[in-house]
Amino acid sequence: MRGTAYVPFLELFRTATFRLAFTYVCLFAASVILLLGFIYWRTAGFMLRQSDETIRAEVVGLAEQYKRRGIEGLRQIVLERSLRTTTSLYLLAAADGTPIAGNVGAWPADVARAMQNVINFTYKRQAEDAKETRPGRAVLIVLPNNYQLLVGRDMKQVNEAEGTIRNTLLYALGLTALFGVIGGAYISRNVMRRLELINRTSQEIMSGDLTRRIPVRGNRDELDHLAGNLNAMLDQIERLMMGMREVADNIAHDLRTPLNRLRNKLEGVLIGGTASREETIGALEGAIGEADGLIATFNSLLLIAEAETGAHRDTLETVDLRDVARDITDLYEPVAEERGVKLKISAPASVIVRGNRSLLARAAANLVENALKFTPEGGEVSVTAASPRDEAPYFSVCDTGPGIPEEDRERVLDRFVRLERSRNTPGSGLGLSLVAAVARMHDAKIKLDDNRPGLAAKLIFPRLIETSAVAAPAITQPQRHALPGPVAIQ
Amino acid sequence: MRILVVEDDREAASYLTRGLKESGHIVDHAPDGQDGLHLAMGGNYDVAVVDRMMPRMDGLTMVRRMRDEGNRTPVLFLSALGEVDDKVKGLRAGGDDYLAKPFAFTELLARIDALVRRNGQETVTTKLQVGDLELDLLSRTATRNGAKIDLQPREFLLLEYLMKHAGQVVTRTMLLENVWEYHFDPQTNVIDVHMSRLRAKLDKNFGEPLLHTIRGAGYSLRAVS
Repeated sequence: MRGTAYVPFLELFRTATFRLAFTYVCLFAASVILLLGFIYWRTAGFMLRQSDETIRAEVVGLAEQYKRRGIEGLRQIVLERSLRTTTSLYLLAAADGTPIAGNVGAWPADVARAMQNVINFTYKRQAEDAKETRPGRAVLIVLPNNYQLLVGRDMKQVNEAEGTIRNTLLYALGLTALFGVIGGAYISRNVMRRLELINRTSQEIMSGDLTRRIPVRGNRDELDHLAGNLNAMLDQIERLMMGMREVADNIAHDLRTPLNRLRNKLEGVLIGGTASREETIGALEGAIGEADGLIATFNSLLLIAEAETGAHRDTLETVDLRDVARDITDLYEPVAEERGVKLKISAPASVIVRGNRSLLARAAANLVENALKFTPEGGEVSVTAASPRDEAPYFSVCDTGPGIPEEDRERVLDRFVRLERSRNTPGSGLGLSLVAAVARMHDAKIKLDDNRPGLAAKLIFPRLIETSAVAAPAITQPQRHALPGPVAIQ
Repeated sequence: MRILVVEDDREAASYLTRGLKESGHIVDHAPDGQDGLHLAMGGNYDVAVVDRMMPRMDGLTMVRRMRDEGNRTPVLFLSALGEVDDKVKGLRAGGDDYLAKPFAFTELLARIDALVRRNGQETVTTKLQVGDLELDLLSRTATRNGAKIDLQPREFLLLEYLMKHAGQVVTRTMLLENVWEYHFDPQTNVIDVHMSRLRAKLDKNFGEPLLHTIRGAGYSLRAVS
């Protein structure tokens, strides 16, 4: 571990989680602004509208009074109201603008605009000891005979209330945004730290430490799930790597030994200058024999690799396992006889499977060779191809040799595995691995069982659909089996 | 025999030409398929030994062109691709035999021999004869010096192949491929066991042996006299 996961601030902006959080905060802020704007409109805006309503109502009232009582009556009312209230503002003037009555000392600067709209202005009012400038809002009307009347409201309190509301809302907005940003950053950093952990673990694995695993928190969230899956994948890869390494080690070992023998033989020829021509030839023949053995091992390895990658899958055709059994017993029967082993065949009927004829023959040969190798004189090897009713077709080779102990049956299918008892017999340790690879390629199962005594090796093939099984043999077997069926063998 | 060797690897080519010359053949060499095709069309060769993978023109294309232009010279493919499928491809392109690298030189010689002779005698025969050994392909009987020899069906096929290639060296691999149709080398000496059984039937009760073991190569059926 390289300390805690430190993420530079600028780096933060580039991460997907941060961008997500940032977007979220922006959306959140926008909705908060909308909400607060609505509140502002309903409170501060309402007060303003109410003032304007009042002004308009008073204008209507005063115009009515003027109509009824003339300029003198209006003057009386304006004087009265100016004394009585400080929240309403009035200024009644003659046509030339000379003030007649009211509580506003001077005309607002932009009084001309007040004809159409309610305007904001400031005016001076006598407070306890000094003149005070206060905000106001007013409208100007021109009465008949060109008398001018300014009617308005003092706005100090309204303005103050509005300011308070505005400030409160701005504070609320600021705080919301702040918390949003902090929260977003916190969440994204949190997620990022865990992603960073996964990244770092994979980097460590890439640099060679296959044993590293991503820590799992145990709270079963998505990231935990991801970590768990990655760990499972890593376990599998590690297992495969171990297997590969083992195979590579085995190959190195099993090829080095014959290569060494080959080298020794050649070197022997080189330094044995005094040896007879006959001896030299013998040694060279020995060397060629070693080389041939190596070539055979290589070919087997290649074939296994090819069968395992399924390179031949597209060359599958219908194959009769009965023919495979017949051909192989036919080939090995003299060998069995020579060794005093009885080679029997039981293949009463056609057993059609989909397969590669050549590879199946090769697998069959390996099984029979194996059986013959381990069966003592007087023993028996039986080759069977059958397709029992309602069961999968199979090909089996059973012997009466020493068999394979149950705990080793899995292992002998691996490359280069040779059991103790076969140490002194020739062989590459690839025979059964090749059979296993061919089986895998055919989607067949390989089963090694106790034959009591001996080994029963069985390849169980997937079942074919009836129709193809009936149609196939005549087409794919042109006169190849003009030979009689089961070969009687002693 | 005039043999054309088409092989791009210089080492392999010189090994082939030297070996074939030492065996008494006249050898021409082409380093790629294009030169090979040119030589094959111009010269009158008994057999062409052609590598599969070559620059400019590969062996398959070369042989296909040869066949397209009516050249029937027997072709033996050489290839590091030893798989059955590759073999099928080679034969389909017009090759007559296929030998996977690495191979024993004796194997190559035996196959060249078999190819050339086969090319010569395309006539259908119903009777084969080597010395006093006779094989009737119709009645499927074998007699030596008039005496009937009892043969298993596979032994008959084996003898038939040997008699068709009488006087030539026949390798174990050739027998496996042609008599049993197996394209792999078994670990045990199966062929030798079959041959010793056949030999017991052919030569045991008769004076002159016909079936000879050729050391380091295979077998040969021939009458000395």
